[in-house]
Amino acid sequence: MNIAATVASDAAALVLPDRVRSSMYTDPAMFEAEMSRIFERTWVWVAHASEIAEPGDFKMVMVGLQPVIVVRDRKGAVHVHVNRCRHRAATVCEVAKGKTNSFVCPYHGWSYALDGSLRGVPYDAGYAGAIDKRQFPLRSLRVEEYAGLIFASFRHDIEPLADFLGGAKKWIDLFMKQSAGYPLTTLGEHKFRFPGNWKIQLENTTDAYHFPLVHKSFLNAADKETEAMMDIMNNGGFVEDLGNGHSVMVMIPGLIDLEENLDAPIPKKFEALAAELAQDHSEREVRRIVCAVGGTGFNLNLFPNLGCSAAFFRVLQPISVEETEVRHVALGMQGGPKAANRARLRIHEFFQGPMGFGSPDDAEVWDRVQHGAQGGKDLWLMLNRGIAAEERLSDGHRRSEVSAETGMRAAYQQWKAMMEVEPS
Amino acid sequence: MNFPVVMMSAIGLDEAREFVSLEADLLDHACYEEWLALWTPQSRYVVPIDPAATEFEDTLNYAYDDHEMRRKRTERLVGGQSVSASPVARTVRLLSRFRILEANSACCELRCAQLLTEHRRGRTRTYAANLCYRLVREAGTLKIDQKVVRLINSTEALGGISYIL
Repeated sequence: MNIAATVASDAAALVLPDRVRSSMYTDPAMFEAEMSRIFERTWVWVAHASEIAEPGDFKMVMVGLQPVIVVRDRKGAVHVHVNRCRHRAATVCEVAKGKTNSFVCPYHGWSYALDGSLRGVPYDAGYAGAIDKRQFPLRSLRVEEYAGLIFASFRHDIEPLADFLGGAKKWIDLFMKQSAGYPLTTLGEHKFRFPGNWKIQLENTTDAYHFPLVHKSFLNAADKETEAMMDIMNNGGFVEDLGNGHSVMVMIPGLIDLEENLDAPIPKKFEALAAELAQDHSEREVRRIVCAVGGTGFNLNLFPNLGCSAAFFRVLQPISVEETEVRHVALGMQGGPKAANRARLRIHEFFQGPMGFGSPDDAEVWDRVQHGAQGGKDLWLMLNRGIAAEERLSDGHRRSEVSAETGMRAAYQQWKAMMEVEPS
Repeated sequence: MNFPVVMMSAIGLDEAREFVSLEADLLDHACYEEWLALWTPQSRYVVPIDPAATEFEDTLNYAYDDHEMRRKRTERLVGGQSVSASPVARTVRLLSRFRILEANSACCELRCAQLLTEHRRGRTRTYAANLCYRLVREAGTLKIDQKVVRLINSTEALGGISYIL
């Protein structure tokens, strides 16, 4: 039996409808297969349009373990190139984010245009005509965008992004309402790493069950209104499988559509902000902005690496089988009221990041999961919560109560489907 | 009539150094009530992401704490409900390379280096930072009006920091 076939049959055996094998988190061979079979074969989120708003703007990220550059060319088109010179492999960029006219390899000076085409080869007479620049552009990924979310794929024949997102598109549209009619923009990010497998974090985005326990210290520190609002086990929320591994967890049903309940009373915690905004905004605008400031009441999990999570983007970056980088990207209203964006920054700092009141506690339990998974690798990770009460909606999606593990089951079914496909 | 003029000397390096060393000692020994009392009412404790940032209100930071947030942060460390702070990491911080950037009798800007070693659950980590203090003299004693902790790796991915830098 060849290695690829072993991976496929092993992967299939690791995932049952209501449980998965612990070795999912610990097997280096499985991790390697995930990088090629999932991250190099599906749509992976790489940037928000506002991060590379102008021609020449670029940022470095990774797709799976491959370093790539996301760049907007002079005509405004977005490209995603593998960050590797076609000569002898050195990276052509080591600046995390910036603006440029070209990418020049520091080793021998090969230079590339923003669209990836090879422009210059120093001392090219030495090749005696044996080099055709058209044959050596930077390797490019396929790129598509939905509602400002830019995705890339190594597979040029992959289904259109809109089809891949499918049932998640409606939720992306709802998520974008938190910019209150201004263009949504990123406002910086918190990055942290934890010593654990990437799927532990993937699961967590639609895990309401951990919230009252792991985030007790956050809830204690928050104001009473926030504490009541975040009593998510008892607020009538639900979790839904959206297909293709995507899922949504609705924690606060009243905040699904931020423009639906604008006549509701302004929360006490936002009264001062509302008064400040009222100085140069109409009553209606004030309500719209205030409602947007707190973010949406749901977490949308897009397989495999993006979470549109209440008020921020959660980006997953696998590093190794037992190390993962998480980025929490703050979002705001471009050109919107300073006071509103400040409020959003403070809300983000309160929970997120390495010094937040929430993220370090999440990271601690994920670390504990990885450590514990070294014991009993043949044991199962139980994902059967809420399975009995799961209903099937008219569009075929499964839905269950908020703390059901429906989202995780959805992600693992997609994981299994992708891992079973042999590399072409 | 002439008012008597009391000439007070500018805040000096020794006085400032002694004061921030006390702050470091209080944090390493978890004396949070005494630590909270070191600050002016309008003060800010800031851990920025962008090492070049000088304005913090309109940018994303790791921490941008007023008194209320500092109090909550200390409660989190002693409350026993945060899994990442139970137990709190043990820390030892060394302050050195002190320099007064600006001083008069009422306030001063002090810059120094901090090397902090953290130990928790079998793991030891080190964080190096430039500290920038704005100290003011209130009723004869120094208080912190602003403390900015510029980690040298602030733009990289960090581990969870469930204590006060």
